[in-house]
This record gives sequence, structure tokens and C-alpha cells, in this order.
Amino acid sequence: MEAAGPDVIIANATGCLEVFTTRFPRSSWQVPWIHSLFENPASVASGIEVALKALGREDEAKVIAQAGDGGTADIGMGAFSGMLERGHNILYVCYDNEAYSNTGFQRSGLTPKDALTTTSPAGPTSWGNLTRKKDLPAIVAAHGAAYIATSSVGYPVDITRKVKKALTFTGPKYLQIHCPCVPGWGIESAISVRMARYAINSGLYPIFEMEYGKITKVRKIKKEDLVGVEEYLKPQKRFAHLYKYPGGEEHIKAIQAAADANIEKYGLLAE
Amino acid sequence: MRRILEGSQAVAESVAMCRPKVVCAYPITPQTHIVEGLARLVAEGRLDAQYVLVEAEFSAASVVLGASATGARAYTATSSQGLLLMTEVIFNIAGMRLPVVMTVANRAVSAPINIWNDQQDSMSLRDCGWIQMYAEDIQEACDMHIQAFTIAEELNIPVMVCMDGYILTHAMEPVEVPEQEHVDAYLPPFKPKFYLTPKDPITLGSMAGPDAYMEIRLLLHQSMQRASFTIREEANRFEEAFGRSYGDLLGSYRAEDAELLLVSMGSLLGTMKDAVDELRDGGHPVGIVKVRTVRPFPRTQLHDALADARIVGVIEKDISLGLEGILCSEIRSAFCGAARTPNISSFVVGLGGRDVTVDNIKDIALGLLSDDTCRVEVAGIDHEVLWSAHSEEE
Ligand SMILES: Cc1ncc(C[n+]2csc(CCOP(=O)(O)OP(=O)(O)O)c2C)c(N)n1
Ligand SMILES: [Mg+2]
Repeated sequence: MEAAGPDVIIANATGCLEVFTTRFPRSSWQVPWIHSLFENPASVASGIEVALKALGREDEAKVIAQAGDGGTADIGMGAFSGMLERGHNILYVCYDNEAYSNTGFQRSGLTPKDALTTTSPAGPTSWGNLTRKKDLPAIVAAHGAAYIATSSVGYPVDITRKVKKALTFTGPKYLQIHCPCVPGWGIESAISVRMARYAINSGLYPIFEMEYGKITKVRKIKKEDLVGVEEYLKPQKRFAHLYKYPGGEEHIKAIQAAADANIEKYGLLAE
Repeated sequence: MRRILEGSQAVAESVAMCRPKVVCAYPITPQTHIVEGLARLVAEGRLDAQYVLVEAEFSAASVVLGASATGARAYTATSSQGLLLMTEVIFNIAGMRLPVVMTVANRAVSAPINIWNDQQDSMSLRDCGWIQMYAEDIQEACDMHIQAFTIAEELNIPVMVCMDGYILTHAMEPVEVPEQEHVDAYLPPFKPKFYLTPKDPITLGSMAGPDAYMEIRLLLHQSMQRASFTIREEANRFEEAFGRSYGDLLGSYRAEDAELLLVSMGSLLGTMKDAVDELRDGGHPVGIVKVRTVRPFPRTQLHDALADARIVGVIEKDISLGLEGILCSEIRSAFCGAARTPNISSFVVGLGGRDVTVDNIKDIALGLLSDDTCRVEVAGIDHEVLWSAHSEEE
């Protein structure tokens, strides 16, 4: 918010962010802000953007849409795709805590493989979430978005820089911010920043920027910062079953392989 | 200027004269000709608006929501499945008090899928907090849209203008198309009472808990009740400006001294008027009460309009499955606690485009005159089709 400045209009989805900030009659928002529904901030923001145009007020405000991973990748996917396709001048920010946190941590399309959620529980016959995390930035890229970036609450300065940069582009922009959910992931709040950083420094959550479909920058992992995925998995209760049931090692190996593949694909290792 | 126009084209031109700044809709039969008409008007430079092509009705409704919240006059149109897909947003628009205007080209609801006319779609959404008005003919549909914007913007309540699919949307009729300057004089530019701007930041759509939710809903309910006055005022103001009147919340036809009053809404009223003319010629004391506004529900007006009749027959193209025609139930409620209640019967007709003829209406009326027992009937059923559908179900 600080990065975007006061001249913004925000369309927010239902989710943790909305519920915690706007209980009537109070509001934490000092900028014009609207919440409509869970699945439509992309369309509401589209309406705001065209209205500003129609009224000759384009210069008055930058339009930002905000939603969680569930609101973006699942229930709001059609609306999000429509917004991207129409080329609206909107920054769309997805807060990716890898599940439906607001309703008690159920699985979303951005829940990683093998993570336990309340609707993908683990047990002797299940390893938690059976599907891999949807590659949302790639889907956004396929729409021809002007600017795409991933970021993480592990590095707040990075978020600020990317919001500022995103707002210099005309057209649809997408920023996906990885955010640990303390109760959902089953971690101490004291280590949430460390967990966010380990996600990046293991290669599991690549941090990069794309301009007009081309990767322009990746956050390199310094040699001394590189961690194995177990450093990331072990402290989180949502992965505890991998250490409990026989055969878990295979799953951990597969997760490590996925991280290695990311490191390779995005060239994440610093020279 | 009087022109022969298709209903949809006439409505598109009327809406364009209201100068919406944002038009957003998704095509569905029988609404398509309206939104195609508006797209042409924008392309020809005759309507200065942002016309947004969306991927679904859900987004169409969301876009006009966002646009209206930003201070733009916003318009959408849909039918049937499209309206149902919008439902969540429809409630939301009303709850946020955004003065959106929408045309519903009334069509049956699936299953079975059916593109023809009845009024199940909009009637199913009568509790969503929108003003709902039903047009009898193309001219009224055109004029109702112009009134709809003034009503919506004065009250900050969205308005649904319902017009029968095909029967009104696809028919050609001579239509009096008003002059732009007259519409401009009647409907001034939109001055939103609140809107999203960094100059005066507001929070819209906040969460209200058990401590405040009921009060906010009550305010909407009370505004809706007060809307009756605005609708009446606008009907009068419109008549002064354009010389045309259709009644306010209700209308009537040959209702004086009627022993039997038939009640309906929408295009069916035209057929009913012909039937009543013939019945009156035959010496039968039958008249019509027309419901123009389903929400706010004109409860006292209906009571007063119907109280002197011995029999009331409510004829409608919708059904609350397991109960009766929806309007009929509501009309019964107008007589709750009344000193005298007419015998009120429900007739469900014309679902899924089934033709309703003058003779059908006469049969209903003559049946009621000879036996006024209160009843619920689904009329005009083909028993052979019924049997074959039944055996397929078995
Ligand atoms: C149509 C609809 N379905 C379900 C819900 C219930 N619901 C509200 S928020 C939410 C999950 C939000 O998850 P996400 O978008 O990831 O945001 P988070 O709370 O995790 O930040 C759900 C399922 C709803 N509000 N609307
Ligand atoms: Mg989430």
C-alpha cells in the first residue's frame, strides 16, 4: 500500500485480508476501497477502470485488485482471465498462503503437492494434497500480461519495489506474494519469515519478474543461503505426515526434485 | 418520432438516450438483440460509453457494480440462466445501494432448457433488493427504462426492467422514440451520492456482524418501501414530459364495477385486454388490474384495487413449485387481516413459451364466474404430452 501511494482504488476479494480490515462501522483502509464478493475482484476492478476512463478520470487513481490464492486461482479464475484478456490497466495482487485460510485452511489450486489441509488430510491412505501447485504466473503470462512478478513476505523490500515497478506498466500486471499462514501451516509465528525465506532459498518458490512474456530478473539464491527442502518441510505441521508414515522419504525426494528443477529452469543459483 | 422498430432495438435506443457511461453484458437469447443494438450504437459513435466484453454474466454484473461504485451510470441486460448466474452479484449490488439498471428479457429457466418466454427468471429473484418493474408492451418497455434510471439514482436502489422475451424483444411495433433533448431534460446526468475516489476515500462492502447487519438490511427494506412514492412521482413526471402513462405501481383496464378482476403483469395483459373486451361485450363483468411493480410490492394499492371484486384470478407465467403462482401468494398477503377478502385463485400459464390465447383467458374467466371456489391451476396443459413425459420419468 505504501508503495502504491494514496492515489489508488482497491477492489478486494472476500478472504482473510478483507474480513480482518473492514468490520462495520470501522475500516483500516485510508484509500478508496471496495469489497464485493469472493470471486469477482478482477471484474469489479475492470468496472472501476472503465468507469474512470468513461468519466475522463483515468489520471485520478491506479486500480488495484487483491485476492487470495483461492479467490484468484480457483473460484475467480474465469473473471481473472477475462480481466487479463481485455487488457485493463490494473495491478492484480494475489496473496498466496497456499490454501483457503479464511474458512479454516482448506485446499486450493495453489496448495502444494503433499501439503495437508483440512480438506486434504493426510493419513495412512493419503499424502495430503494429491495435485501439484498450479503454475499461475505461467497462465498469466500466456494471456500476454505486461508485467508479472512473484515475491514474498520474507523480503518486504522486494514487494515494495515490485509494486512500484508494476505500476509503471500500462495494461494488466500480476504480483503473486507468498505469505505463510501461521495456523494453517502449523508453525510458530516467530519462524514465519524464516519459512518464507526457506521456500525461496530451497528453490520451491521461485522469485522472478517477467516483462511482456520474458523473464527479466530472478532472485538468485546465494550459495551460503541454499537450503534443502527438508529445512522448509520439517518445521511445518502441514508436512509432518511425510515424516510419520513409511514411504514419506520418497515424497520428500520428489519435492526436492521439484525444487531442483525450479533451480535449473529459472537459473536460481548465484554464480 | 414514430418508427417501426423491433422491441430490442427500441430498448437499445432508449437506453442509449439515457447516456450510460458503462455498458457491460454477456449474450443470451432473447436478450441478445438489445446488447447487439447497444454495441452498434457505440461503434457508430452515437453512444459515448465504454462497452465491455466479458467472459460471463457473473463478470458483467461485477463490472457494472464496479463502474457504478466509481460514479458512472451503468447498464446491463440478461435473461434466464444469465440472471441466475449473476445472482450473487445481484444481491451484492442492491446491498451496496448502487443504482444500476438492468433489462431482463424474461425467459424460462432450465431444466429442461428452453429459450422461450415466461417470467420465472426475474420472479425467482424478487427478494434480492432490486426494484422490479414489468412492461406490457414495447413502448412501455422503452419508457420504463428512462424512468428506471431516475428512480434508481434518486433512491440508490438498482432497477430491473422486465420485458417478455420474444413477445416484446423480437416483435416489430410502431414506437414513439423520444427526442434526445427531452430525455436529457427529464433525466439529468448522474450525480452519485458516494463514489470511489482518492479525493474522498470511502470503504464500500465492509463486513457487518450480528451487531449491525440487521439494521443495514432494514434501511434497505425501508428505502424499498419508500420507493413506491418515487415510482409514482416519476410516472407523473414522465407523463408531463412525454404525454404517456401506464399507471404507477398498478394499472387497470375496465375494472370499474367488475365482479371478477384478473391480475397479471407483462405482455400477457395485451391478450387479457382483448379477452376482457369480448367478455364485457357478452355482458360479463370482468376487468383487469395490471401489476407494474413487483418490488416494492404494492400491497395496499392492490388491496384497494381488488377489495370490491367478488373474485380475483391471478394469471402469471411463473410458479413457486410446491405452492402456486408467486404473484398470487403475494396478493393473498395483501388481504391478510382484511375485513372482506375476494376469492383469490392462482392460474399458472404460458411457461416456457406456451402460447396463451384470448380463449384461454376467457375460459379461465368464465370458469371463475361460474364457480368461484379458490383454486390453484396450472392451465393449458396438453395431457398427451404430460403422459408421455410421465412414462419417460418412470
Ligand atoms: C461463492 C463463495 N464460496 C465460498 C465462500 C467462502 N469463502 C470465503 S473466503 C474463502 C477462502 C479464501 O481463500 P483465499 O482466496 O486463498 O484467501 P485467504 O483467506 O487464504 O487469504 C472461502 C472459501 C464465499 N465467500 N463465497
Ligand atoms: Mg489463501
